[in-house]
Amino acid sequence: MKIVVLVKQVPDTAEERKLDLATGQLDREAADSVLDEINERALEAALRIKDANKGAEVVAMTMGPDDATQSLRKALSMGADSAVHIVDDSLDGADTGRTAATLAAALRSTGFDVVMAGNESTDGRAGVVPAMVAEHLRLPLLGSLISAEIADDGVSGVRQGEGGTLNVRAGLPAIVTVTERFPEARFPNFKGILTAKRKHVTTLSTAELGVPTGASRTVVVSTVERPPRAAGRKLIDDGTAADELADFLVANRLV
Amino acid sequence: MSNILVLIEISHRGEIAASARGLLAAAATLGSPVAVVVSPAPLEDDDVARLGELGAARIYSAVTAAAGSVLVAPAVDALGGAVDAYEPAAILTANSVDGREAAARLAVRVGGSVLADVVQVSSENGTVVAQHSVFGGAYTVESVAEGGLPILTIRQGVIEGQAPAATADLQTVSLDAREEGVAIIDQFNDDAAVSARPELRTASTVVSGGRGLGSSENFVLVEQLADTLGAAVGASRAAVDAGYIAQTAQVGQTGVSVSPQLYIALGISGAIQHRAGMQTAKTIVAINKDEDAPIFEVADFGIVGDIFTVVPKLIEAVKARSN
Repeated sequence: MKIVVLVKQVPDTAEERKLDLATGQLDREAADSVLDEINERALEAALRIKDANKGAEVVAMTMGPDDATQSLRKALSMGADSAVHIVDDSLDGADTGRTAATLAAALRSTGFDVVMAGNESTDGRAGVVPAMVAEHLRLPLLGSLISAEIADDGVSGVRQGEGGTLNVRAGLPAIVTVTERFPEARFPNFKGILTAKRKHVTTLSTAELGVPTGASRTVVVSTVERPPRAAGRKLIDDGTAADELADFLVANRLV
Repeated sequence: MSNILVLIEISHRGEIAASARGLLAAAATLGSPVAVVVSPAPLEDDDVARLGELGAARIYSAVTAAAGSVLVAPAVDALGGAVDAYEPAAILTANSVDGREAAARLAVRVGGSVLADVVQVSSENGTVVAQHSVFGGAYTVESVAEGGLPILTIRQGVIEGQAPAATADLQTVSLDAREEGVAIIDQFNDDAAVSARPELRTASTVVSGGRGLGSSENFVLVEQLADTLGAAVGASRAAVDAGYIAQTAQVGQTGVSVSPQLYIALGISGAIQHRAGMQTAKTIVAINKDEDAPIFEVADFGIVGDIFTVVPKLIEAVKARSN
């Protein structure tokens, strides 16, 4: 069983994240870059399969700038066997369409039984790349699962739908995306950190993958920053604050 | 006028999804709305009439036994058929789990470009312009598709108003069921109870509780204030992780984004991830015993105090004033 986990390096959600107002692109200086937590949960799910089945192989794959190796090293130190880094200047600012086409080409060359990913990244939140990859590879997608069973003959799980959940299944190979309902990721231990340094990271360029290097087709035409909110009144409750709040709500026609 | 395809989701019980109104309203600002519907049986007259009321000029009704047993793929096949039949200028889906997967797959299949999680649409000289609210409303970004068909996923609950009613022209096609390379639905499990409270995403008032509630029993306080105000109930991630309430109530970076007229945060510290889901509310009220809680930095009205003392008094005070 070979499981490739798609991971993404994103700005830390615990910090103020910024866009460059001129380009609409992420300001990479504004917040620390981290391995996105939702991908860590996908990786955790893959590693639990490996824990139970020593024959399973887990590969972490990312597309990102040079410093995305940080996130791959973290994935390796958590327990992934190897990593694939798609890095190419021509991919700067790639939209979801280019990203998915590139990842699909890399997955074809790597080979896999199951691809796992988070349901949406915390930066873009588009939640469309795994489904695009599935269409490129003509594979079933079990998306937005809250639990999953992965076996040699197929995957099954529970999907969070709009009005309830669905029990779903597919044969292999297949693509699975996980939601926040999946367990939190393990911390890398000392041995994991040491062995990560010896694990192999394959780098791939767009030329090696044979994917087009043309510009993205979705284009940001304007980026406007919202003025920050100012703090309003703050009362220390002395027994009358509830009444004052009720008056405030009435005066502002909010009740 | 150019055709705009709209994917209408139908629940397994046969109900037209609540997202249909906003999608058709957005489509009507761009062109002539064509509702694309996939169902296991031909549409009932009531459904045809309802889609017309909501603004569908035409309905492309794809009928396939796979509609209730195969995940998303029938919707993609139907949209692909409708693209050939109507040569649309844009395609809209809900930014729901099904809607965005259908949009993503369709984009690859027909060479389209996805503009995701759109909060407003407009047309400038024939180009579809999508507006997005990024990083919890900290930025407003506009984007366009420079090549390929624009496929927009529309954030649920953000489009106001309704398209002019039409008498929909119905076209019914039968769709072949595919078995290969698809995911199968074995069972639908409905949410246990449909709440009488307003829906979180679209409510004009939201009352949210955090870790400060201390227990799931105490979370009732949030519900009592919500019911007094006719509000939806939300929660911080900490309250969800502590098991006080279901994850579907989570407001924030990775939960639901809300923009109500009034947002009341009870016992919520206001971590940056929570603020990212509610800071576009018109008026924010916070009650927390920690004077230094970051939530006070964005609150229009903050009370430093014990929620178990202040909230019951607030409920009484609001009731007294509304009598």
